[in-house]
Amino acid sequence: MTRAHNPQLNKNGELRHLLTPEGLPRNVLTHILDTAQGFVSFGSREVKKVPLLRGKSVFNLFFENSTRTRTTFEIAAQRLSADVFNLDIQRSSTSKGESLLDTIANLEAMDADVFVVRHSDSGAPFLIAQHTPPHVHIVNAGDGRHAHPTQGLLDMYTIRHFKGDFSNLTVAIVGDIVHSRVARSAIHALTTLGAAEVRAVGPKTLAPDNLRDMGVRVCHDMAEGIRGADVIMMLRLQNERMSGALLPSAHEFNMTYGLTPERLALAKPDVIVMHPGPINRGVEIDSSVADGPRSVILDQVRFGIAVRMAVLSIVASTESPA
Amino acid sequence: MPSTPASPIAAPPDAEALYAQLLAQVRNSVAAQAEPPLLIGIYSGGAWLAQRLHADLQLAQPYGVVSSTFHRDDFATRGLHPSANRTALPVPIADQAVLLIDDVLHTGRTIRAAMNELFDFGRPARIDLAVLVDRGGRELPICPQIAATTLLDLPDEVSLALLRDEDVLEGIRFRFDLVSK
Repeated sequence: MTRAHNPQLNKNGELRHLLTPEGLPRNVLTHILDTAQGFVSFGSREVKKVPLLRGKSVFNLFFENSTRTRTTFEIAAQRLSADVFNLDIQRSSTSKGESLLDTIANLEAMDADVFVVRHSDSGAPFLIAQHTPPHVHIVNAGDGRHAHPTQGLLDMYTIRHFKGDFSNLTVAIVGDIVHSRVARSAIHALTTLGAAEVRAVGPKTLAPDNLRDMGVRVCHDMAEGIRGADVIMMLRLQNERMSGALLPSAHEFNMTYGLTPERLALAKPDVIVMHPGPINRGVEIDSSVADGPRSVILDQVRFGIAVRMAVLSIVASTESPA
Repeated sequence: MPSTPASPIAAPPDAEALYAQLLAQVRNSVAAQAEPPLLIGIYSGGAWLAQRLHADLQLAQPYGVVSSTFHRDDFATRGLHPSANRTALPVPIADQAVLLIDDVLHTGRTIRAAMNELFDFGRPARIDLAVLVDRGGRELPICPQIAATTLLDLPDEVSLALLRDEDVLEGIRFRFDLVSK
């Protein structure tokens, strides 16, 4: 083993925590996608539940708001027969001044097996992973601006489902790249899986030139950015970016970077359009594109459950030798 | 570790000869029933057998494949095998007579897991079990209705693996390999 120790992997190179796609080898990412494939067809079962995590406790710790991610993690864990506990931390002990690690220590005493963690501070899931005993597994459900690995993986699953191999693909990621954990995780995963070209498309304030260090081509012109693309990943434009003087207005953004039917025609005819949701209709994407034939936005949600089932079942079955 | 198992099993059984016996027994069993059963093979060896039996018996109803992965009782220590978790049933199995097919029957745990998987798709009218080799060693009350042969003296540390070769002239050919666990 020449690879530097990655805290997400055990000594055998198996996934015990999922914190970020950065640094995960291609075989680990592919294993997750292959495993997810077996869970996608669950709709055809009369009993939509399997006993893989029976007797395990999954705690959803959301220190930051989320509806879609939390719900799909909850569905995924329940379909694996885990006992699921949702903790709305914003309204509980942390507001009384309890530290993050004290909260975790208390929950461990309740025999948790897996923590699904969302936190506004980048690195919080890493901190938790460093301070939990070997039998406890951490899955990052989004930390600050850093990573959102299950979103990145469901994006990869969606691309692989519609496009097959990554090696010939041009993927354009459009919008607020620099503040987006979704974009960051997608870029790391796409690079590892061997996508031919990844483009970061947006204004200089949101897609700065130093993103090149991540191995992407930076485009400030929308037409140049999406021309010939196989995949367009639109990002949600967050309102606070406007108040932070990084953008003049939502309307201005729509005029320059919004995905309209006219702009979509610059991409390949079989392009797929993705968005992590929730979408701002008429801002980053027009309704006719979001609801149109090239959109796979709802497929992403469906695949998200299967990918989260795969991640939970893989980490929960990985032994963690001391 | 020795690469070949100790006596009395010096050579693996002849899978083609056993397949011929299995085919004859399944043919008799199918002929005795008013409605032919739905053949369902357990991934992967059992699925190969189901495919070939289905072709040789010229059954109208397509065959199915069942995976035991989601219901394995050793999941916590062995994890998932992603390539193996694809159950594909061509027709609803509710009220169907099913002939479940596997290559080797040993502890019975795979059969238990496969039956649990089938019940996630509906309630079959009945399930019979046909295997190429019954090697004893049962840990659950499971008994095959059809077994082409019984080999009770295989050492525990040896597993019997069905392999499939594609021959240009003769088509699909089966053979067994003895593998040290």
